[in-house]
Amino acid sequence: MGRILLVLRLALRDLRRRRTEAALLLIAILAATMTLTLGLVVRDAASDPYESTRAATKGPDVVAGTGGFADLADLEKLATASGVTEHSGPYPVIAGKIEASGRMSDVQVEGRDTAIASVDQPELTQGSWVSDGGVVIEAAFASSLDVSVTDSVMLGGRSFKVVGLAVTAAMPPYPGTSCIVSVGCVHGAIPTDLNLPPGFLHNPGLVWLTQADVRSLAPAQGSMSYVINLKLADPDEAEAFVDANSGDHGGTMMPMQTWQSILADATELARDSQILLLIGAWLLGLLAVASLSVLVGGRMADQTRRVGLLKAVGGTPGLVAAVLLAEYLLVAVVAAAAGLAIGALTAPLLTESSAGLVGSAGTPSLTWSKVALVTAVALGVAVVATAVPAVRGARFSTISALADAARPPRRTGWLVALSTRLPVPLLLALRVAARRPRRVVLGVVSIAVTVGGIYVLLVLNTFLSEQSGLRAYSEAQVTVLRHVLLVWTVILLSLAAVNAIVVTWATVLDNRHASALARALGATPLEVSAAMAAAQVLPALLGAVLGVFPGGYLLFAAIITITDGDSNKATLPGPWQLITLILATVLAVATLTAVPAHLGGRRPVTEAL
Amino acid sequence: MSEAPDTPVLRARGLRKEYGKGEGLIRAVDGVDLDVVAGETVAIMGPSGCGKSTLLHLFGGLDRPSGGELLLNDRRIDNLSEKALARMRRTDVSYVFQSFHLMDELTAVENVELPALLAGRSPRAARRRAEQLLDQLGLAGRARFLPSALSGGQRQRVAVARALSNEPLVVLADEPTGNLDSAATLDVLRLFEELHEYGQTLVIVTHDARIAATADRMFSMRDGALVDETRLTGGTTGKLGALVGLED
Repeated sequence: MGRILLVLRLALRDLRRRRTEAALLLIAILAATMTLTLGLVVRDAASDPYESTRAATKGPDVVAGTGGFADLADLEKLATASGVTEHSGPYPVIAGKIEASGRMSDVQVEGRDTAIASVDQPELTQGSWVSDGGVVIEAAFASSLDVSVTDSVMLGGRSFKVVGLAVTAAMPPYPGTSCIVSVGCVHGAIPTDLNLPPGFLHNPGLVWLTQADVRSLAPAQGSMSYVINLKLADPDEAEAFVDANSGDHGGTMMPMQTWQSILADATELARDSQILLLIGAWLLGLLAVASLSVLVGGRMADQTRRVGLLKAVGGTPGLVAAVLLAEYLLVAVVAAAAGLAIGALTAPLLTESSAGLVGSAGTPSLTWSKVALVTAVALGVAVVATAVPAVRGARFSTISALADAARPPRRTGWLVALSTRLPVPLLLALRVAARRPRRVVLGVVSIAVTVGGIYVLLVLNTFLSEQSGLRAYSEAQVTVLRHVLLVWTVILLSLAAVNAIVVTWATVLDNRHASALARALGATPLEVSAAMAAAQVLPALLGAVLGVFPGGYLLFAAIITITDGDSNKATLPGPWQLITLILATVLAVATLTAVPAHLGGRRPVTEAL
Repeated sequence: MSEAPDTPVLRARGLRKEYGKGEGLIRAVDGVDLDVVAGETVAIMGPSGCGKSTLLHLFGGLDRPSGGELLLNDRRIDNLSEKALARMRRTDVSYVFQSFHLMDELTAVENVELPALLAGRSPRAARRRAEQLLDQLGLAGRARFLPSALSGGQRQRVAVARALSNEPLVVLADEPTGNLDSAATLDVLRLFEELHEYGQTLVIVTHDARIAATADRMFSMRDGALVDETRLTGGTTGKLGALVGLED
């Protein structure tokens, strides 16, 4: 116990002594844990509105339809199937076109009773329920059509007055509306060269009329489909019910949808956000490892004397390693707690409460598994980044450590030879890089990860711009996804900026002796400053190029694979955009490193020597 | 080395270096007047903290004086910009440090050629000069060795070779034997003798009387001021090792 207290006390003292570095460590891990938490909980936050809508509308556990094949009689049999406690319908459904506010859209028209149904009674957000000659429009669809109560719309060549707007839990809100008509539907963008079968609906919305009005609009009885809404004794058994009852109906499968699959479709946007956030979280995790490795490595170089003192007063190598690890693990635990709290609290801001649902996104409760995962990632980042320096510190010779001997630099002969042919700033820069190849690799990886992330952001941004015109996402959904991308971008760039500054400062500190010596031998302060900046800019250039290819391409391919998407739908950045991205990265790194490099180049020579 | 005898290459007049203010004021260098003529070896002795190294830093433009004048080859250098001072260190002044200050990751020859590369010489010319110097200093066989593989005396010889890379007017040596054993000290002492015979101007800061005894003139320094000057006729013209008791 005393040993643990000693380790904790030493770790805390050192953290308090180096508050800026501790804060930078905290920020690096916090960024990763917050994004990971957001990724894990955003869908839970998005589920709330659907749950509210389901409760308010007496949402069905299973929705079954005849589609184009099943028989109405088979549908009616489901009302008395085992496990069904309540039902509404079957209701007739027809496909059609709606014209409103000068816009034309495909629509599924469901015929309903004027009386209140015991299952799936759409909740009115405006106006009243259906009446002859009066249409109720699904709220998200109405928002898209820009119609409200008292407006008139054209359905099947007849004018109907909009008497109400309503939400339902029997299908996802527009534009994710389920297909319940026999002719079939298609969602999302359609290639211009693809000809849909006649009557096929494209991105249809949902409206409700009285059954009489629906029948009067139906061109023929055969074109009519039916849906039935079922309540089960145990909603969790919906999937099993579907498996048991959607089977053989005259050689065809009856289309059925469980409330869980409707929930999944209704929160598809959140799923997309979740994928983006989780990928962002892993990228930020990589960046955090790079940040921490440089910070801890630089700090270790600065801490050799302390290690020596610990050993000289009887600290075992294990104790020394434990103290060093404990420092970073403490920071990681704080960062994980803060990341979990911030992520959970901000998740509702990154979800859209669709106009097709009631209620707003809630603050998700964190499950133990999510808390454990985020904490494990934070601790993992800290351990991966600190294990090598901690073990190295523990194994450091006590005498050398007490003498504050710096870690000897590496020799990279071919770089030294190459540098002799370059101007003085580049000569020094290449030698600075050659002294610490691992730090250069971390710098390259850090920039490559950032640029890879930005590459994907460019692709997704262009994709979203195109999608808003094609209505695969509504404007509001595009806005939400843009918010997610913005969060990604800000955190990614912030961490990358912190990384660039930290790497430069670590390089400046590590090279203070070599820089002072170079100046004593005739290098000007400007040449030394330029060398320090160039030592960051050269790896940044390499990192930026690698970040575009293969980094960006691979990352995008990974996203496409995970989301089961179609990469052909995405427009990849053009050559000029990629060149601009690389140049902008190099310029940004040069700007960020200018100040620490300048400060390093002007340190008094005599102090360092 | 082409200067006429008795022409001051380095001249200090009322040179001062102060740190702090008020009661905390420290006069590290306090009104030093000194002329060093071409080809002369001057030793400055004194206890630790008396300001010897600071004075040497001022001579080489590594630090700026608080007052007084400093001239190198009749040119004021105390008011030069950092850039001009750096250029001066490339060609006119060079250092030999107590702890060698070699780049650990560079081989001996790469260390020696570094000042020439910084001065803009071609890589080939810089390498040729470095190899020539190492050959002259008996280190031809160690040219590709890293400093960690060299003895203390060998490292200091590499440092001296580096100091000579650009044929400077003055070599400033700060406790050049301070980190060396007797054998290595003798080694360096002989090297300085050769430099002196070659006509190289040397200013050596030391607290070792045996080293100081090898100079043409020896100054004692106390509390930042030069308090005593001794002309040494034995100087560097005789057998230094025997003179200072390092060899029979």
